[in-house]
Amino acid sequence: MRGSKTDVRRYPGFLPITIICLVVLYAPLIIVAIYSFNSSVSITRWDGFSLHWYGEVFTGPNSDKLKAAAWNSVSIALIAATTATVISFSAAMAVIRSGEYRTRRLSLGLVTLPLMVPEIVTAVATLIFFNSIGFTRGYMTILIAHIAFCIPFAYMPIAARMQGVDESYEMAAMDLYASRFQAFRRILLPLMLPGVVSGFLLAFIISMDDFLITQFVKGAGIETLPTAIFGAVKQGIKPDIMAISTMLLALSMVIVSLSFIAAKFDNTK
Amino acid sequence: MAGGAAPGGGVKADVYRSARRWLLLPSWLVLTVVVVAPLCIMLVYSFLTKEFRGGVEWSFSLEAYDQFFFNRGLFGDEPASIEWTYIGIYGRSILQASIAMIISLLIGFPTAYYIATRAPHVRATWVFLITIPYWVNLLIRTVSMKFLLRDEGPLNAFLLWTGVIDDPLKIVNTNIAVQLGLFYSYLPFMVLPIYAAIEQYDHRLSEAAADLYASRWTTLRRIILPAVRPGVIAGCILVFIPSLGSFLAPDLLGGARNYMIGSLIEDQFKGQAGNWPFGAAASMILLSMVLLVLIVVARRQTKNNKAEVKS
Repeated sequence: MRGSKTDVRRYPGFLPITIICLVVLYAPLIIVAIYSFNSSVSITRWDGFSLHWYGEVFTGPNSDKLKAAAWNSVSIALIAATTATVISFSAAMAVIRSGEYRTRRLSLGLVTLPLMVPEIVTAVATLIFFNSIGFTRGYMTILIAHIAFCIPFAYMPIAARMQGVDESYEMAAMDLYASRFQAFRRILLPLMLPGVVSGFLLAFIISMDDFLITQFVKGAGIETLPTAIFGAVKQGIKPDIMAISTMLLALSMVIVSLSFIAAKFDNTK
Repeated sequence: MAGGAAPGGGVKADVYRSARRWLLLPSWLVLTVVVVAPLCIMLVYSFLTKEFRGGVEWSFSLEAYDQFFFNRGLFGDEPASIEWTYIGIYGRSILQASIAMIISLLIGFPTAYYIATRAPHVRATWVFLITIPYWVNLLIRTVSMKFLLRDEGPLNAFLLWTGVIDDPLKIVNTNIAVQLGLFYSYLPFMVLPIYAAIEQYDHRLSEAAADLYASRWTTLRRIILPAVRPGVIAGCILVFIPSLGSFLAPDLLGGARNYMIGSLIEDQFKGQAGNWPFGAAASMILLSMVLLVLIVVARRQTKNNKAEVKS
């Protein structure tokens, strides 16, 4: 197969395109990360290495606003991801492990619905909804919207994992007089751990990253990191924005790596 | 997700059958209240009348749709002619999204193919590398793109230094910048589903084609592409649909003259225009277009599946 003289699986030119693809994906991020360490006040001229702009993020004139925004982002992402994970787990049990019934397909469609609707439409609809029921926009409206659109992202890895866990383990436990709840807690839940961890982490990242929906449903005077960054960028790209961006970039990488390790954990079993 | 079967498509046992009502309750509750109901209310809003100060009046009207499609002059008393402004914005958005889709496909397919034909442990590393930018905040990626493309930015500095150009290229605030932004935002969405499809592909088919004297490119066109078509279609949808309603790329990279659907809608709610029924109608039209694309693709796929079963 692969040892034959002319490997029919190879296509000349595909490697250079792959390299172009990687360069395109990474170049802008790497350049911004490099320039975030620039000591110059101008974003164009390189004056040498410094951590000045990182200091600016934590102690500069905008640091209080940024800290508040960061706290909002992190706390909303934690609550939304946790809630979405619990809801998705419960939905996955109903869709995958409860047999065939009339509303099963519909339930699956409902859980994945937020992926089909363009984000701007979801944003507009949520804004109109909160407005028409007279709900004051603020922290709560952001949180509720985030819980809803995080559900499909938590659901995907959880459902994929649940399909990989053989039901015979639970059946065996129940044959040995475990109650259904014991079978769930002692058998299904531990086996589901990698799926739950990656579902939670993906939901967390999705919530941390969301700009559009947050921008529509947030009230005046409340910001998350993306809306705060957007507001600042509207006045021009400043070096401290590049420092925040680089820190968020690093955070995303850590979380994706954790999610990747959780998935690996799965293979070693 | 569109194009492929969502996880959870198949049933595995029925251990929790008797509890399923309670298990479904939280997701039904949250999603009907926070997603389905708002979409219905948005539909209703698109048929309401705009109030003078930016609110809505609860009386039925077709004004919003009329304003979208027809021009009746400044005072609304001239004979109706087709209003091209908004149709033009939608047309340009479709064009931009299509170009982004095609460029992503041209780069994404070879990348996905190259990765999928590596040894298994190398594959995982490549996929990991492609996945990382996918999870980096879209806003940050768009800002990075803008920084790179600026008139005095690193790209121009590099091109001037190498002597390729004599004057800095003006890219930001053009359609090209929006195009680059869209392509950059959604490129990983193209690579991943195609990769998943090629990973399943049986390469013995290529060998059989080679034995029958097919050239590589004939094999690619006649054997591989048809076999991995569902992955290609999924990738195209995943790039096209978010590009169509994109807000950040046109807003940050395009400037005032390169309006797309996202900016038009945003302007009705957050910006100057302040016309909620019109914004709701514009969103409904976007949503209908997206659903139409999804339905057409889903129907074609079921038809193809049936044809395959028959032959």
